Amino acid sequence: MTIKGKAYIAGAFEHPTRKAPDKSVAQLHAECAKGALTDAGLTKEDVDGYFCAGDAPGMGPLSMVDYMNLRVRHVDSTDTGGSSYLVHVAHAAEAIALGKCSVALITLAGRPRSEGMATGTAPRPGSPAQPDMQFEYPYGPTVVNMYAMCAMRHMHDYGTTSEQLAWIKVAASHHAQHNPNAMLRDVVTVKEVVESPVVASPLHRLDCCVISDGGGALVVVAPEVMKSLGRPRVKIVGVGEAPKGQLGGDVDLTFTGARWSGPRAFAEAGVKPADIQYASIYDSFTITVLMQIEDLGFCAKGEGGRFSADGNLISGTGKLPFNTDGGGLCNNHPANRGGMTKVIEAVRQLRGEAHPAVQVKNCALALAHGTGGSLGTRHGSATLIMERE
Amino acid sequence: MEERKLPAPEPNPETAPYWDAAKNGTLFVRRCAACGRAHHYPRTLCPFCFSDKTEWQAASGNGTVYSFSVMLRAPAPYAIAYVTLDEGTTMLTNIVDCDFESIRMGMRVRLVFKPTEGGAPLPMFTPA
Ligand SMILES: [Zn+2]
Repeated sequence: MTIKGKAYIAGAFEHPTRKAPDKSVAQLHAECAKGALTDAGLTKEDVDGYFCAGDAPGMGPLSMVDYMNLRVRHVDSTDTGGSSYLVHVAHAAEAIALGKCSVALITLAGRPRSEGMATGTAPRPGSPAQPDMQFEYPYGPTVVNMYAMCAMRHMHDYGTTSEQLAWIKVAASHHAQHNPNAMLRDVVTVKEVVESPVVASPLHRLDCCVISDGGGALVVVAPEVMKSLGRPRVKIVGVGEAPKGQLGGDVDLTFTGARWSGPRAFAEAGVKPADIQYASIYDSFTITVLMQIEDLGFCAKGEGGRFSADGNLISGTGKLPFNTDGGGLCNNHPANRGGMTKVIEAVRQLRGEAHPAVQVKNCALALAHGTGGSLGTRHGSATLIMERE
Repeated sequence: MEERKLPAPEPNPETAPYWDAAKNGTLFVRRCAACGRAHHYPRTLCPFCFSDKTEWQAASGNGTVYSFSVMLRAPAPYAIAYVTLDEGTTMLTNIVDCDFESIRMGMRVRLVFKPTEGGAPLPMFTPA
């Protein structure tokens, strides 16, 4: 059994806010839901499946179904950090294929910027019951220094340079200049990235993503629902999931779960990395992109630095146009979870609704890939392949 | 520069012997008698073969730096690291008592313990 062709993305909405001190988190979720349903040409009454992750307040789907007053017959609150929303698309397609729902709503929202959260630079304690906590938290792991250790090892094993990593930010900034909602719209140079202050060696301030409030939503529907709508058809053709951890102490920071989730998605879709015309790649840091590009098979392991350099990720000039909204590196990283916006920009590309300056010509096959948690410790990994019908 | 304060680890019944050993200046690794492999962090059931024949073993305290990063955006900069112990498993730790500029990948390091705020001391490493 496969989900290939069993479900479509009919609605996608990215909240325009990047700072929302005057809104509640539940309100942001609902505003995103309304935006995606309007985009699809559906109403709240059509929704019969609801999906959300750890950013949803209270008891997740129970709190949000109540707040929005939905009447659903299927819920899923799988939380794999920032990759959750790609997993939700996959799970929605599975539920639709099994007849458990026909209009699945997925929402994300948060306000880390308004709340003044030191997202990347302060160690965050978990619950003492979390099995890793007593062996990690006292040592000061932060988001940035754990990803930095991945970069350090990649540089050591493969000769990757800070300049090659910088090219990833440069490419994202070339795209963000066309996005009026992007937080960072100035085009930056390799020199500016490598001369920005080091946060955690070897990562610089400009190797990091933005911290933003906001959110997004998606509506995944059954084929018969899609046919009744006047929207361009974005068909889900392949999905793959894979959590990866410290492997019992056989720590290997040189690869990500994309090595496992990617081939599963490509096999289901029946396509190869070279067939992909546009890729949304999770970009919490420049190193995140570089490692995932390798693990998804866009280049050989260790070649990510050379592959990303010299504008190869810039739409219109490079071989692999990526994150044409500016991505988490320049546009938006709502709730510190970038998976939702990865799917949304891929949908825009497949519909031909991306900004004309970054739109990939005749974009018919796109990939979105998400990471959640930390590449330096444990993370979720999810790959989604979509086709314009 | 502020002095860095280390939070106390919070042991549970499964991990109490590890922290009791730390109080006595010993680093424990957990080794499986069924498959012979050491793992970290310590578990009762081996994460490789799921046998419950796991036991504590005193580590030599010697290892090599697998990766590291110097956290500069902090009240007091510090060096986080993964160190691969000579016993064969890799642990998250800090490199201390040295010039951070001198830390290198693959560098040999040796065990030191650093006091925490009201708990067992933390096993850390310094250049050998
Ligand atoms: Zn074993």
